[in-house]
Amino acid sequence: MRKIFSEITDQIIREDEKTVLLLGDIGVFAFRKTIEDFPLRAMNFGIMEQTMISFASGLAKEKFIPIVHTIAPFLVERAYEQLKVDFGYQQLGGNFISVGASNDYSSLGCTHHCPGDVGNLLNIPEMEIITPGTSVEFKTALLERYGNNKPTYFRLSEKENEINNSNVGGKGVKIKNGKLATVIAIGPTLNLVLESTKNYDVEIIYLNHVRPIDHEILINNCKSNKILIIEPFYECTINFLINKIFETRFPIILNLGIERNLMKTYGSSMQIDTLQGFTPKNLRSKLDTLINAK
Amino acid sequence: MKDIDVLNSLRKDILLAAYKSGEGHVPSAFSILELIFGFYKQLHSDRKSLADTVTTDKFVLSKGHGALALYAVLSEFGYFSKDWVENFAQEDSLFGGHPDWLKVPGVEASTGSLGHGIGIAAGMAYAQKIQGNNSKIFCLIGDGELNEGTIWETCLVANHHKLSNFIVLVDQNHSSDRAIKTEPLQEKFRSFGFLTKSINGNNFDEVKAIYADRSEYEAPRAIIAETIKGFGIKEMENNPEWHHKTPDAKTFESFMDQLI
Repeated sequence: MRKIFSEITDQIIREDEKTVLLLGDIGVFAFRKTIEDFPLRAMNFGIMEQTMISFASGLAKEKFIPIVHTIAPFLVERAYEQLKVDFGYQQLGGNFISVGASNDYSSLGCTHHCPGDVGNLLNIPEMEIITPGTSVEFKTALLERYGNNKPTYFRLSEKENEINNSNVGGKGVKIKNGKLATVIAIGPTLNLVLESTKNYDVEIIYLNHVRPIDHEILINNCKSNKILIIEPFYECTINFLINKIFETRFPIILNLGIERNLMKTYGSSMQIDTLQGFTPKNLRSKLDTLINAK
Repeated sequence: MKDIDVLNSLRKDILLAAYKSGEGHVPSAFSILELIFGFYKQLHSDRKSLADTVTTDKFVLSKGHGALALYAVLSEFGYFSKDWVENFAQEDSLFGGHPDWLKVPGVEASTGSLGHGIGIAAGMAYAQKIQGNNSKIFCLIGDGELNEGTIWETCLVANHHKLSNFIVLVDQNHSSDRAIKTEPLQEKFRSFGFLTKSINGNNFDEVKAIYADRSEYEAPRAIIAETIKGFGIKEMENNPEWHHKTPDAKTFESFMDQLI
């Protein structure tokens, strides 16, 4: 996704003179030509995330479209108040594109992990949240939304699904019909979901927009009233959105996502996923529990 | 009306709004009133009318708790009526304890959380640079606000990008001395690449001269405005008890008498 990010953002900077790229000293090499060609509208801002966000909101106030990029914990957690106040409260448009997802920087340890980003950003009602499952999905969403005058968070991930769901307008996709339960796969969890549920008679719905969430596809499906949500961030992050959609149907909801603790180990992203219980075996266990629930 | 009389009248508006609502940071508003009035007086002497969008110098109040002063001045220059004093900070009011640019005409940024407005203002200044505009962006910060790391991050950025249209006004009312001493301020800003000047921020002649200055500069500027917190009311001046306190009826009358 990082490769397509630099390609498509370079294109946007070249074609739309209202856009400004601010890099938090990340991805600078990939954007070297953009920076060389557009020194006023593409810059390495340095390592000062809070000021980078406030500065970006000043640009937005003057009708520019900022595209801000750095690693997830520094973009979201360090500069959270600036995102909340300078963009959310002020209702200004901007694009915040993170790398690292939950544990892509697995060997770098706790400081570079960020499974809490989406949960934090959901507390900013104005913030759109996109968790692409593939590079093509990211490209589609960025081109569709970068100039929509809303603050929008794009969560890039090293993990990519094999199936592209370049749904426009934030619409969800029904991947498979099934009777016994519904599995909602968020962003880059679809591979895990498909691998884990091959022998199950379950419906699979795919979402890569957390907000705006596709209310319609959910309310028109999920007829079993048994829902398993697979989240690539902290588990139960989107439950309040799902509960609101189904507030008169009282579904049974189980979750599989990143456990709510600080990850203090190193190793590969897959090893950390396993430690977190983010495995096909665990997913099937949750699904069995759900299907057998009365 | 003479400037001194207008300023006295605005202090009365501020006091009245605070008295009616039982809310407001009156001493903070009094220390910065000349600095805000000076900006808008110059802007409106340059502009032909409120609809004039050619003259686009802008003012950001980063120390949002001084909102009373901003409202008083904006009202004086016709952005909205004097009725703002009637329901300041009440449920049905557009005029909160901190300014909201989506609600109050003339307000450039919604501030209140210290250390945000200066970054926003620097972004606005940079936007002028991209467009090749000459507009200046003035940003008023408090001395306590200087404790925020984002102030100095923004100074790094402003210097790096040579934002010569970016002017930081420091309300040096010494309210922060009890916590973290910030002086010597001119030296600090100079070390960040700023051009600096110190003025008496409650002396309107000195304040006017800042805004009337048409010189071209090569670097961002910091104006260290020495002010008195609560300026104009003896009991309030440099008295921390009044930081977020409003007067009762008897005290209100006494304070209003001092402003005649």
